[in-house]
Amino acid sequence: MMNFDELARSPGEWLRGTGPESDVVVSSRIRLARNIVNFPFTNRASAMQRGELESLIRDRFTKSDWGFEFNYLTVHTLSPVDREFLRERQLLSRELAGTEGPRGVAFEVQETRSVMVNEEDHLRLQVLRSGFQLDEAWQDIDGLDDKVEERITYAFSDEFGYLTACPTNVGTGMRASVMLHLPALQFTKQLEKVFRALQKINLAVRGLYGEGTRASGDFYQISNQVTLGKDEGTILKEIREVIPQIIHYEREARKALMQQYQPLVQDKVSRAYGTLKAATMMSADEMMDLLSTVRLGIALEMIDDLTIPLLNMLFLQTQPSHLIKLTGRTLTNEEHNVERATYLRHKLGELSNKN
Amino acid sequence: MKPCQSCGQPSSVHLCHPSSGQEPFELHLCTNCAEKQNLLVGKDLQISAIVQIMVNKFGGEAAENLARLTCPACGLHYTEFRSQGRLGCPHDYEAFRTGLMPLLERIHRKTVHVGKRPKQRPKATFADVLELRQQLREAINQEAYERAAQLRDLIRQKETNG
Repeated sequence: MMNFDELARSPGEWLRGTGPESDVVVSSRIRLARNIVNFPFTNRASAMQRGELESLIRDRFTKSDWGFEFNYLTVHTLSPVDREFLRERQLLSRELAGTEGPRGVAFEVQETRSVMVNEEDHLRLQVLRSGFQLDEAWQDIDGLDDKVEERITYAFSDEFGYLTACPTNVGTGMRASVMLHLPALQFTKQLEKVFRALQKINLAVRGLYGEGTRASGDFYQISNQVTLGKDEGTILKEIREVIPQIIHYEREARKALMQQYQPLVQDKVSRAYGTLKAATMMSADEMMDLLSTVRLGIALEMIDDLTIPLLNMLFLQTQPSHLIKLTGRTLTNEEHNVERATYLRHKLGELSNKN
Repeated sequence: MKPCQSCGQPSSVHLCHPSSGQEPFELHLCTNCAEKQNLLVGKDLQISAIVQIMVNKFGGEAAENLARLTCPACGLHYTEFRSQGRLGCPHDYEAFRTGLMPLLERIHRKTVHVGKRPKQRPKATFADVLELRQQLREAINQEAYERAAQLRDLIRQKETNG
């Protein structure tokens, strides 16, 4: 059995904060939806069929050589806190963390490659990489997909491609997304314009934790909508071409901010940093806003003792289930806010003492 | 002269639409009834009202046909798919083809896959397996259990190994 407490202390691939263009791009993600040929889709499968499928996949993942080490967890035997913990690390979707019945997740030790079992589709393959690395993510997931395919026969049709439970995913089954931090475009009120342009070319914009979530802390995910009638290369190219433009707009907006509102921005950044260092209670929402401002401050070189990787680490470890893991006990809402503030004060205090 | 289809008086407004493979659509109304249906305002025929009548006529019929669709493999009704938004099994793409094509066109603007294909493929086609499933159901209905068991194994073999 893997050690969750140890995992809680490490950042996970997508928040490593070291990838290309990491001043604006947080992470790149690709997922492939796949189904197994002789089973009904998950929502239509009986409890017995789900169990059969989950054990079949588990068998394939634990008993054959993949060329890299996979952890496999049966999600239905995990506590709600552990499931939430994995969701905060983006190893489980909201759906897989929340629903009932036999289901699983396989993930690499580095948390780059993972596979969810009995999600909306039987298999959801995922690759997460830090910064702007769509091509590398595609290499990873294409290879993983080939390896899965050697062990399992997919439901596939010549005409419709990979068959999925929802027709919005059929064809390539691929959703590629890039998570961006766009505080300056937000501040200068140009976001709407950018998003309208994206929608015109059929790209979707979502909040931090995917479908249906609010964009918190100025983090946005840009992803493809079309999965049928375009090959993977074309879909990736369309995203790859538009992201550098958005990065460019964001950097231009940051420059403009510095020219026109430097004292105002400096004050906002200093207050945000000060609050993180001094507050004794803090909600998750407030923290998101403050971390977003501080992240901008780091990119604008207004803060010199904090790095983006460390900031990402703070963000992850102050998520509710990570806090429970780190403190080793269950927490009420109010205790969460106290523990979060204490953790931040402590970590940021260590930093000041070093300098 | 044909009588008005609404009141039986001599008709003076005639709509005719030839449709392939079916009876042509015909509508005959007297001036009064045509005015009541907003088809005629003053002396002018109203195109929008005509379109509405055609949509109801043909769209309604198509919708009725769709509502009758059921997947022979998983038993999902097309109406369940439309209310839940999730398909029941891979065979639904074949079974609900008539309903899915316009939907795929609307979502993706395309209806044919291009891109990656699995290297190993099940050799059995959907049609093969559906035929076997039909035979299996008949065997069970006739309580021919030995035959049913053979068919079940055959289906399983075809689906897993191709």
